[in-house]
Amino acid sequence: MANEDKRPPQQPQDDSRRRFLKYTGTAIGGVVVGGIVGGLIGANANKTKSGAPAPGASPAPPAAESDRDYNQALMFFNQNQFQITEAATERIFPADDLGPGAKELGVAFFIDHQLASAYGSNAKDYMMAPFYKAEAYQGYQMAFRRRELFVLGLEALDGFSTKNYQKKFVKLTPEEQDAVLAAFESDKADVQAVPAPTFFNMLRALTLEGVYSDPLYGGNKNMGGWKMRSFPGNQMSYTDVIEKDGLVKIEPLSLHDHLTS
Amino acid sequence: MATKLPKVPVVIVGMGWVGGIIAAELTKAGIQVVGLERGKSRSTEDYYHVHDELRYANRYELMQDLSKETVTYRNNEKVRALPMRSYGSFLLGDGLGGAGVHWNGQYYRFLPYDFEIRSKTIDRYGKGKMPEGMTLQDWGIKYDELEPYFVQYEQMAGISGEPTTQDNVGKMSKPFPTPPMKVTPGMKLFHDAAKKLGYKPYMIPSANLSQDYTNPDGVSRAACQYCGYCERFGCEYGAKADPVVTVLPVAQQTGKLELRTFANVTGVSHSGGKATGVTYVHTPTGEEYFQPADVVVLASYVFSNVRLLLLSKLGKPYDPATGTGAVGRNYCYQVNGASTTAFYDDKEFNIFMGAGALGSSLDDFNGDNFDHTDLKFLHGANIRYTQAGLRPIQHNPTPSGTPGWGQQFKQASIQYANRVLNISGQGASLPFRHHYLDLDPVYKDSLGLPLMRMTFDFEDQDKELVKFIASKTKEIADQMGATKTEMKDSLSTYSIVPYQSTHNTGGTTMGGDPSMSVVNNYLQMWDAENVFICGASNFQHNSGFNPTATVGALAYRAAEGVSKYLQKPGSLV
Ligand SMILES: Cc1cc2nc3c(=O)[nH]c(=O)nc-3n(C[C@H](O)[C@H](O)[C@H](O)COP(=O)(O)OP(=O)(O)OC[C@H]3O[C@@H](n4cnc5c(N)ncnc54)[C@H](O)[C@@H]3O)c2cc1C
Ligand code: SF4
Repeated sequence: MANEDKRPPQQPQDDSRRRFLKYTGTAIGGVVVGGIVGGLIGANANKTKSGAPAPGASPAPPAAESDRDYNQALMFFNQNQFQITEAATERIFPADDLGPGAKELGVAFFIDHQLASAYGSNAKDYMMAPFYKAEAYQGYQMAFRRRELFVLGLEALDGFSTKNYQKKFVKLTPEEQDAVLAAFESDKADVQAVPAPTFFNMLRALTLEGVYSDPLYGGNKNMGGWKMRSFPGNQMSYTDVIEKDGLVKIEPLSLHDHLTS
Repeated sequence: MATKLPKVPVVIVGMGWVGGIIAAELTKAGIQVVGLERGKSRSTEDYYHVHDELRYANRYELMQDLSKETVTYRNNEKVRALPMRSYGSFLLGDGLGGAGVHWNGQYYRFLPYDFEIRSKTIDRYGKGKMPEGMTLQDWGIKYDELEPYFVQYEQMAGISGEPTTQDNVGKMSKPFPTPPMKVTPGMKLFHDAAKKLGYKPYMIPSANLSQDYTNPDGVSRAACQYCGYCERFGCEYGAKADPVVTVLPVAQQTGKLELRTFANVTGVSHSGGKATGVTYVHTPTGEEYFQPADVVVLASYVFSNVRLLLLSKLGKPYDPATGTGAVGRNYCYQVNGASTTAFYDDKEFNIFMGAGALGSSLDDFNGDNFDHTDLKFLHGANIRYTQAGLRPIQHNPTPSGTPGWGQQFKQASIQYANRVLNISGQGASLPFRHHYLDLDPVYKDSLGLPLMRMTFDFEDQDKELVKFIASKTKEIADQMGATKTEMKDSLSTYSIVPYQSTHNTGGTTMGGDPSMSVVNNYLQMWDAENVFICGASNFQHNSGFNPTATVGALAYRAAEGVSKYLQKPGSLV
């Protein structure tokens, strides 16, 4: 098994393209296929290229990036929701010369999986009635489960984008996407379905969780989030180094590395 | 109908630090004990995959399931209390070991001043110094009386600390059993800066073992590895003292402890001023049991201790309108919020490494160690730099003015990830007449029983304290060679949303006056002599320290009380 995981990727370009088509195909439908698919494949390919030589990024990701990952698919979102999430999280945590952004780190998969889980259904939260309108300092007081809130929030992103830019959110320029997100954050978007700032804060929190949680949850791909900030993941002991001056660089380990057979 | 079980000498409700200590002491003395814990069993093996920030720190794996029971909260009596629906301000323990499993292990004995706070404050400043509505009380016990019980806890847990204490805290009759923990570069900067300013910094006494240790009960544990996954996590080395690796195995080895997990206690039965036993629901089956006992011990943390009394109609509920009654009185918290962050453009620190109780602190502005004559608050704070291990989801520091997301956020948060040190104050919280706990009139738990309702807010006392303590954190941080420092010195309305601390106190206070307290100084209930109630719920106020040292000492005291009572029933005072 372990060997198989590390086999050299075959036809990387082709594989990533096919994987991409798998996500987007049905969501786009027959309507505007040509333009979008072409454009996004281009963006996808560019990013794989620019991701590789980024300073501080480890040499491993490009190979694994293009490796087909059968553990990666959707548990909760439809493809449209997935794409909006991917685009929005990328604006919150964009790729730059420090390293990968949310999209490359798999944050949208992370969010999909979280919303499918106990977290998404508020399984450990007190959800009994009655529900009243609350002040901010009283915390979350809505009957919505997180997964309902999130999906309505995504719809609202599209609705607001269409109303103001006559385009869906994913088709806006990055600057326009930022403006939409900022309007949600500051509650200037006049969204009826959900409290826009609540949705935005959830989106932001989930993005950071997806960037920095253990890769086992589907984000932080290849520990790329951790590597950018020299975080060594989980080590068993720092006893011998904790007194040292200056940053101690340690190759990160994930929980996968702790599995014993 | 509840199934009635055979009577036992002692039943303990809650198997956290307090329940574990009392169970160990009583069973060692040959007394048969039944321990009831609503959560599941736990062991060190559970933590081999514990280095998972999302699961343990963000999704609260080890904490009470709020879908079954939570607390409601309001800022004052005029507004409607609403439930804490998801975690925020504090994190409640659940399961074997309680919050003792996922605590940090910062160990501070309260100050001699704390136990006699009312008398000492009046002696020094006169009665007028206490603002309108502040309900300070002496604890009915003095530091010197409690001192031997602190020693018992320290020897059991293997507390690591400096061999001598500063002269502005209580004297120790016996040094800590293990030496202090390691000193990191950040701690050294704090220590040197504080020294230069004439303050008295010292290593935080720690329940994360600085070296391998065998305690007087013969329990051996390994040294801390500074793994950085400590606060909110269980320790896979057993290096962090928790009930599951210290007192509970000792109790179990005696063969005298019958431990029942998934046993959620719903009430204490009583007649003629004495308890007859407790009722509990076996949570997997929903079946109800009645456990009769000669002595009932409530060791179920602040909220359950108060709630079980009120649900059982045991003791006199506190009435804020008249100031009479004691159950639910003097709820206090911890006043955090004073801090200064030092940003370093030219230095990096390994702040992802650390241990829950690793750090350096000082008490020059804690208790009554400084003159309050011209200040608009009482008490103070322990000022500290801790290196508890900063993990990437929760630690994304940026200088003020940085946007909260987008490229600038990404760059700043990554740049400063390993370049900040935070100096903070852990402020005392003093009682007010209108801060209290009672039963919520609307919201219920999953069994249909009323939730605990908290009425609490920050007062001018707290805001003034934060302003003053913040200026001291800034003074120290400014001496630490940083590129720049940023101070936080304002406190607004208490919010249930951000995590602050799990240092809730009061509600079953101890004292010498039955009208102002629920228990005497053996933690024996005034209104029911065979009921002992123990925990931070006994505090008349909260000091500028973490609570568990004092909770632990009180638990040893309570265990002694129960033993005495079993030999000779009646009031122990
Ligand atoms: C993240 C965190 C960090 C902390 N760090 C520190 C620190 O550094 N220093 C410090 O001094 N303190 C710290 N604390 C506080 C410390 O954990 C508590 O003071 C301590 O655990 C209290 O012990 P206890 O036995 O009173 O309560 P707990 O440890 O909470 O145990 C109470 C037990 O009672 C059980 N119980 C409750 N109700 C019922 C019921 N109805 N029926 C049956 N069982 C019931 C609970 O499930 C629980 O197991 C921290 C707490 C947290 C959450
Ligand atoms: S920091 Fe030390 S005490 Fe805390 S969990 Fe890690 S090894 Fe255990």
